[in-house]
Amino acid sequence: MRAATKEAAPAAAPRRWRPRISLGKLFTWAVLVWLFVPIAGMIAFSFNDISGRQNVSWQGFTLKWYGQAFAYPDLNQALINTLVVGVSTMVISGITGSLLGLAMGRYRFRGQQISNLVMFAAISAPEVVIGAALLSLFLTINMTTGLLTVIIAHVMFTVSFVAITVRARVMTMDPRIEEAARDLGADSWTTFRLVTFPMLFPAIMAGGLLSFALSVDDFIITTFVSGELSTFPLWIWGSTRIGIPPQVNVMGTLIFVVGVVLTVINVVLARRRS
Amino acid sequence: MAITTEETPAAHGAGPTGAPPAPAISLEGVGKTYRSGPGTVTAVHRIDLEIQQGEFFSLLGPSGCGKTTTMRMIAGFEEPTSGTIRLAGKDVTGVPPNRRDVNMVFQSYALFPHMTVADNVAFGLKRKKVPSAEIKKRVAEMLDLVELTDRARYKPSQLSGGQQQRVALARALVNRPSALLLDEPLGALDLKLRQAMQLELKRIQREVGITFVYVTHDQSEALTMSDRIAVMNKGVVEQLGTPAEIYETPATRFVAGFIGTSNILTGTVDTVSDGWARIGYGHGQHVLAKGDGTAPNEEIVLTVRPEKIRLSAEEPDANLSRIRGTVREVVYLGSTTHYTVRTVDDTDIVVFQQNSSDASNLAERGDTAWLSWRPEHSYVLPG
Repeated sequence: MRAATKEAAPAAAPRRWRPRISLGKLFTWAVLVWLFVPIAGMIAFSFNDISGRQNVSWQGFTLKWYGQAFAYPDLNQALINTLVVGVSTMVISGITGSLLGLAMGRYRFRGQQISNLVMFAAISAPEVVIGAALLSLFLTINMTTGLLTVIIAHVMFTVSFVAITVRARVMTMDPRIEEAARDLGADSWTTFRLVTFPMLFPAIMAGGLLSFALSVDDFIITTFVSGELSTFPLWIWGSTRIGIPPQVNVMGTLIFVVGVVLTVINVVLARRRS
Repeated sequence: MAITTEETPAAHGAGPTGAPPAPAISLEGVGKTYRSGPGTVTAVHRIDLEIQQGEFFSLLGPSGCGKTTTMRMIAGFEEPTSGTIRLAGKDVTGVPPNRRDVNMVFQSYALFPHMTVADNVAFGLKRKKVPSAEIKKRVAEMLDLVELTDRARYKPSQLSGGQQQRVALARALVNRPSALLLDEPLGALDLKLRQAMQLELKRIQREVGITFVYVTHDQSEALTMSDRIAVMNKGVVEQLGTPAEIYETPATRFVAGFIGTSNILTGTVDTVSDGWARIGYGHGQHVLAKGDGTAPNEEIVLTVRPEKIRLSAEEPDANLSRIRGTVREVVYLGSTTHYTVRTVDDTDIVVFQQNSSDASNLAERGDTAWLSWRPEHSYVLPG
């Protein structure tokens, strides 16, 4: 760099003053701080040594809430419900969304345009609208709201995300690779099992995890269709009126840590693969 | 060899004794018509081909001539709309690609990106349930043949284009197919590597003795490597023959134009004697050509290769084809010089002259010169 500058301007023009931190860097840090301060706050307040129900001002450091993390049976149940819904959503959306994405990326068929439209509509429609519509549907067909209706609703709004991720992968995949498998003696099922599926797997995984994350923290649609069922977000919302117990912070921190660990594992594996 | 789904290794070539060996591949009246909107498009018109065991056979033609469709029909990826395809005498029309004893090398290589080089090569053998010890041995042999033994544990993305190409070749060859189909396999390589791979492919084909069917639009590639070539255009085979036959005696105007450089001359036949048609251009100029079936006053088209023509200042012998013209362009290319000469009837004729020590600098731009060639070097083209 210096040599090049010297050659270009041998008369040694006075160096222009450059700030050590550029505006771009400053902005990046500002965004990161803005994103992570609330999370840091949540983690910090899981260690807050409070005596009442209000966990809003710092009282002192303690680990006792981690020891009593599961002190509220109905909160535990809500968390279990959330995980059951999340995993079911991930599996059902993962499978149907992958098949949908594969079909839309690979084949031309009647009704393809409509499928496309419906898929994007499911993503872009306001959650309040989807929630209200689903509730009135369930009432009309006389279906009791509860675990099943929540899973149905979550699959409905997450399946498009999986389908779109998988479709993007399918469309960049060379169809000759599957032909090569057929040519080498694999029947269509073997070709799918050994070639198509492994190539789509990263996209399916990404779509599945995305639907899990969307399902776990969904509040609006769940409120409409949950009936008697309580989930983690619904429980927290309910408890705001009387004060959120530090156990919520503890569980939030644990969920966050699990997420970070999974991300790190994914990055490490991807590095090692390439 | 009755109903065949189970594989019997070592069955290849061990056909019924006594009978002449069936051609490795035979196409009888094979055609392919696609539906396209309200009408139809014919990619391949009923073609007949017989490709012999152990032959290096090329399908040569411009893009859209039907060569790739023909190959895909042999592999089983497309079903012909008419005709019969036989592999080693056995009708395979309608048999899916995974049950045909041919393997394909794709232009894009189509390697399995999530498998190692060794797993890619082993894929076909595993499908045939070959014992794992034998798979290991054959994969090692094949990687040795394509000189990639030290890359066995790499993923395709970690290899160069030329190496990927060789993996694709090994993955197909390891199955010892009755024929190997190669779809422009060198198309993605740069010129130098391509030329090296041409010789490499030819060596491998000689070593393994498997029938190669090679699709290309590159005429020099086809001429270099093939035992026989089928030149295709607009879904039909224009000419079938050895590289020398196709180059020296093009059967149609298309072949003459597509393979190498050709001069096309038109003229009216003056006389036909002893089977030689003579076209006069006045002032002692005439062209002679093998004129079976031509008659006086008939308009004919004939072709002559640029390197067959001699350029001279003095008048050539009268029993040669000879014609005069003005030198319009001289391009010096080291070992040869290319001249463009305009004749009396305003036809440009290209002449390649070797730059041997005694023949350099035969003519300059603007000079008048004689062109001459032996009568058997020009061919009358149909139409």
